[in-house]
Amino acid sequence: MSESVRNTGLFAIVAGLILLTGFMQSWNSALFILNMGLISAIMAIGVNLQWGFAGLFNVGVMGFVALGGLAAVLVAMPPVPEAWSGGGLGVILGLLLGAATVFAAVMVMSKMPKGRARTLTVIVVLVGGFFLFRAVFDPSVAAIEAVNPAATGYLGGLNVFAAERTELRADLFALLSWPVGGLLAAGAAWLIGKTALGLRSDYLAIATLGIAEIIIAVIKNEDWLSRGVKNVIGIPRPAPYEITLQNTPEFVNRATAMGLDPVIASTLYVKLVYTFLFLVVLLALLWMAQKALHSPWGRMMRAIRDNEVAAEAMGKDVTRRHLQIFVLGSAICGVAGAMITTLDGQLTPGTYQPLRFTFLIWVMVIVGGSGNNFGAVLGAFLIWFLWIQVEPIGLWLMQLITSGLPDGSGLKTHLIDAAAHMRLLTMGIILLVVLRFSPRGLIPEK
Amino acid sequence: MDLLNALVALSNFVLIPAIAYGSQLALGALGVTMIYGILRFSNFAHGDTMAFGAMIAVLVTWWMQSVGISLGPLPTALLALPFAILGCMALLLVTDRLVYRFYREQKAKPVILVIVSMGVMFIFNGLTRFIIGPGDQRFVDGERFIISAREFKAMTGLKEGLAIKTTQGITVVVAVICVALLFWFLNRTRTGKSMRAYSDNEDLALLSGINPERVVMYTWLIVAALATTAGVLYGLDKSFRPFVYFQLLLPIFASAIVGGLGNPLGAIAGGFLIAFSEVLITYAWKKVLVYMMPEALEPSGLAQLLSTDYKFAVSFVILLIVLLFRPTGLFKGQTI
Repeated sequence: MSESVRNTGLFAIVAGLILLTGFMQSWNSALFILNMGLISAIMAIGVNLQWGFAGLFNVGVMGFVALGGLAAVLVAMPPVPEAWSGGGLGVILGLLLGAATVFAAVMVMSKMPKGRARTLTVIVVLVGGFFLFRAVFDPSVAAIEAVNPAATGYLGGLNVFAAERTELRADLFALLSWPVGGLLAAGAAWLIGKTALGLRSDYLAIATLGIAEIIIAVIKNEDWLSRGVKNVIGIPRPAPYEITLQNTPEFVNRATAMGLDPVIASTLYVKLVYTFLFLVVLLALLWMAQKALHSPWGRMMRAIRDNEVAAEAMGKDVTRRHLQIFVLGSAICGVAGAMITTLDGQLTPGTYQPLRFTFLIWVMVIVGGSGNNFGAVLGAFLIWFLWIQVEPIGLWLMQLITSGLPDGSGLKTHLIDAAAHMRLLTMGIILLVVLRFSPRGLIPEK
Repeated sequence: MDLLNALVALSNFVLIPAIAYGSQLALGALGVTMIYGILRFSNFAHGDTMAFGAMIAVLVTWWMQSVGISLGPLPTALLALPFAILGCMALLLVTDRLVYRFYREQKAKPVILVIVSMGVMFIFNGLTRFIIGPGDQRFVDGERFIISAREFKAMTGLKEGLAIKTTQGITVVVAVICVALLFWFLNRTRTGKSMRAYSDNEDLALLSGINPERVVMYTWLIVAALATTAGVLYGLDKSFRPFVYFQLLLPIFASAIVGGLGNPLGAIAGGFLIAFSEVLITYAWKKVLVYMMPEALEPSGLAQLLSTDYKFAVSFVILLIVLLFRPTGLFKGQTI
């Protein structure tokens, strides 16, 4: 069996699984799996860029995804004028002061001669700057958060058209938020990479793990920016609303003509719009990743990955290339993050869990085949499908196992309740089995 | 008098909690450091190992409570601890046999082992949730306080109370015993010495006839004991919830790295450094400052440097500073 036949077969199996979901459960859940699978594939391409191409061990994926989600809010939501006039300038001034403090400290570090005087100056600059920052920042934040806290209490986004609901222009902002999410993540990745990329691989892992937690903490607690755990809901989206469709006679007529319930038809239609948009993004990124892999740049990256010392001896700037690919990969994760938030229509910082948004993506890349873009995409679809379907399968299995036990027995209820936690167990076992018996993944690197 | 009050408030809200938390972190970091020193990889599953050990302790405690075994004023969990350690040892040895040994024989790169430990983390996490569920579990019993705030006020006549929870006292005592035992083992026994030799120079150790599998087995046994103890103490002091242990991974790693990965003394120092910084920076200083300053200068706000939600940020920033300026950690790493 030739390689391309085998790979096509693998993709066909995953497609078959999703189709099976459509026939056995409902087309809505099949499309849901497909849509999130597309986004997961984008994240997997990002991680594969870092790990598969360059061997960078980034376990802070969740942070970049969350930054993308934040971008979806900052771009697509309408601004809150009262908040801007109340404390907008103060917040910006405060942030500038904070940045200036850090910059001044870095300058002192690099310009002054080493010694006690330098250490003291740095400490004075940092401590003084911190109090100055808090003095400017805190009152402005209080002013912003006081503006109608139940509905807004934050600065809002940049979508000046959202208030008028002139649909098309408002929706364009939702699409615009995707690249902006990428930019935001890229900026953060640049900062992180500048400080942490020189570290050994497991130190880099811990560092990125920490950064991700901090980004989530910021999004959870800085209410003026993201409403924190109060969540932002009703983010404008690039697809029509179901209710609008159901009130459009044309749509209802066409749906009934096709023999579909208008309500179900409208949800399917919206999901298909998303599928189309996500597919376009995925194909574009996949094309670019493939081009990059087979370019001199991609070969250089793999050379660096396989032997840093030799690559350096050939005159390659390893640190800069690492920074470059770290930023690129994180940007892709940021784009995916903005897409998730747009799809959900809400930003809920409490739902960002490292197991789901970092380690699961890693399982996808490893199972699919690190170093191979198609492998990463396949792994993403397969693992996402399992992540969703293990729960009902587990429940069914538990009911089968416990069918001999009397109803209401403690063990039976416990086992059936516990079925929900089967997915973590399954993911771990899949990861270990693949690592052991097929360490190069389902579609290995060529 | 005011100064005394300030001191009491400081101990009550900062020193005592930080010492207890620091002991828990130190025990966790010791486990990470042992694995790094002998097996040479960063074990991402450590937080969930702690959760698993603590879970067994919770289950055994419940069983003991139901049949009426208790330690009087001390928490029953202390009686359950040895059983939990045994259970955790069994789990880790089985994991090593089924998972890690294969990669050891292959001489796999450390980063592969880290990814493998990610898989183990998923399994342990799933196992814990599968058995006990993701919710909060209470298993603490016995006397709540060694000294309660009211007793202290009555005793000394000060305005501020000083409360020492039993769990905090137990944490410190148990941690000291554990550390003493560990250092005795590493420095005085034949097996301990062979472990240090193996960590220092693998080739030389093998040459002098040290059995690597034996060293690895003892490492897992010690790690299981340390992780379970840390997990139980943390669960007694705060509360038992599987997810919390996963989140502890970051401060634990920070402690181990700050002290110098592979160095047990460093792990302890790192644990306390991280714990104290977290508590000091996220504590609202108003209460202490009110006593220390003349009335005109009293702070109007809470005088809190950072909100408590940013405590991860504190351990992380310390970690980053140490890594940037002293990459081997405060104590030199890689020697057990």
